[in-house]
Amino acid sequence: MVHQPGLLPETASQTAGPYVHIGLMPSVAGIDGNVREIGGDIAGPEAAGERIRVEGMIRDGQNMPVCDAVIEVCQANADGIFVGAGQVEPGFAGWARVATDFDTGLWQLNTVKPGAVGHQAPHLALWVVARGINVGLHTRVYFDDEDTANATCPVLTCVPDARRGTLIARRSGGAYRFDIRLQGDDETVFFDL
Amino acid sequence: MSVYRPRDWTVQPPALTPAYKSTRARAPRSPLLRMPDGTASATSPVFGHAACGSLDNDLLQNAMQDGTPIGERIILHGRVIDQDARPVPGTLIEIWQANAGGRYRHVNDDYIAPLDPNFGGCGRTVTDADGDYRFMTLRPGPYPWPNSPNSWRPAHIHVSIMGTSFAQRLITQLYFQGDPLVPLCPIVQAIPDKSAVDRLVARLDMDAARPFDALAYRFDIVLRGRTATPFETNAEGN
Repeated sequence: MVHQPGLLPETASQTAGPYVHIGLMPSVAGIDGNVREIGGDIAGPEAAGERIRVEGMIRDGQNMPVCDAVIEVCQANADGIFVGAGQVEPGFAGWARVATDFDTGLWQLNTVKPGAVGHQAPHLALWVVARGINVGLHTRVYFDDEDTANATCPVLTCVPDARRGTLIARRSGGAYRFDIRLQGDDETVFFDL
Repeated sequence: MSVYRPRDWTVQPPALTPAYKSTRARAPRSPLLRMPDGTASATSPVFGHAACGSLDNDLLQNAMQDGTPIGERIILHGRVIDQDARPVPGTLIEIWQANAGGRYRHVNDDYIAPLDPNFGGCGRTVTDADGDYRFMTLRPGPYPWPNSPNSWRPAHIHVSIMGTSFAQRLITQLYFQGDPLVPLCPIVQAIPDKSAVDRLVARLDMDAARPFDALAYRFDIVLRGRTATPFETNAEGN
C-alpha cells in the first residue's frame, strides 16, 4: 500500500463485465457498423520478422474456461521497437485486442515475433479484463525458444523459479501455446506495472 | 522513459471481493509482482481524432434506424487528468452501456427488457488538448443480474480510458448521483474506500445542460501520474 500525499487519487477500477465487447470489440457483441472497430491487426502486412500465431485459453480457479474475456496485447516489432519509440513499419500497430471464444474460451493472435527490447527478452505484454476481474491483470508472454534471452531478462529473472514457466509460451506445430490460469496452484504471474 | 508513480492500491478494489461472486474463482490469490522500474513499455497506440467517425460520440444517433432512441437524453462530459492534475490530451475513451430499459445489445444478454432498434450502446471519442471529452447518450436503466436472487445493478456506464501506456490503462464504471442502488451493489462496494466510490458518481451539471434538449452529467477521470526525466521535460511541447 502506498499513500501519496499531495497527489490526486487515481480513479478506481471496476470490472469490465460480461458485455465488454460492446465497447471494445462491438462486432464480437453482434453490433456492426456503429463505430469503427480498432485493434484488429497488430502487425500489419508490411511488418518484418517471423509470422507467428499465439493461442491459448484462460481458466479460472475451478479450471473452467473464461469465455467472456478481452485481452489487449502490446508488443515491439521484430527489431524490438515499440510504436512511438522509433521507426516501425507502416501499418505496424503494436497493439491489438482479442476476445476469448464464447463457447470454447480459446483466443488467438496472429502477429510477428517481437524482437528483444534492450536487455528484455522478446515478449508480448497482455492486459486481461473480464467479469469477475476488478482490476485488469497484466502479464507477459515469453517464448520457449528464447532460452538465452530469457535467462538474462530483467523482468523474467525477478519471477521466482517455480512460477517462471507460467509466462513461457510453448511452441507446438505452427503456434505458440500460452494458457492463463487466473487462480490455483499453477496461477499465472500477474504484474504491478 | 517515463516512470509511473506506484499505484495506490488503497483506492482500488482488491481482486477478491466475495460478495461479488464472480471474483471468487477469478481473483488471483498470489500478490501482484512488482515489475522493475523502467521495464514496462511507456508507449501506447495513438488514436487521433481521425480514428473516430463523426457520430462515434453520439449514442443517440450512431445506431439510429428509424428514429431517436427511447430514454432520458443526457450529455456526459468531463476531463481526464493525471495524479499531478495535468490534462491527458489525445487519449481514447470508449463507453458502453445498456439502453433505457436496462438491456444490452449483446448476443449474451437475454434480459426480458426489449432492445431499442435505435440504440447500440457503444461510443468513442478522443480527449481534446485540455483533456476534455463529451458524449451524447441516454441514461441507462438498472437491471437484474445473477449474483444473488435479487441483485440489481445501479444505472451505470462503462468507461475505458487508454492512457499513455498500459500502466495508465483503466476501465471503470460511472454511476448517477442519487441512485439508491449504488450502496447495494457488490461491484461498487468492492471498493473499500468510500471517497473512491463517491468519485465514480457522475454529478448532475445544470450549467452544461442543454435547455429543452438534454440534462448533463459530469465525470472526471484521474489516471496514474508520471515522473518525467529532465530529457522528457525538455521534450514536452514537441
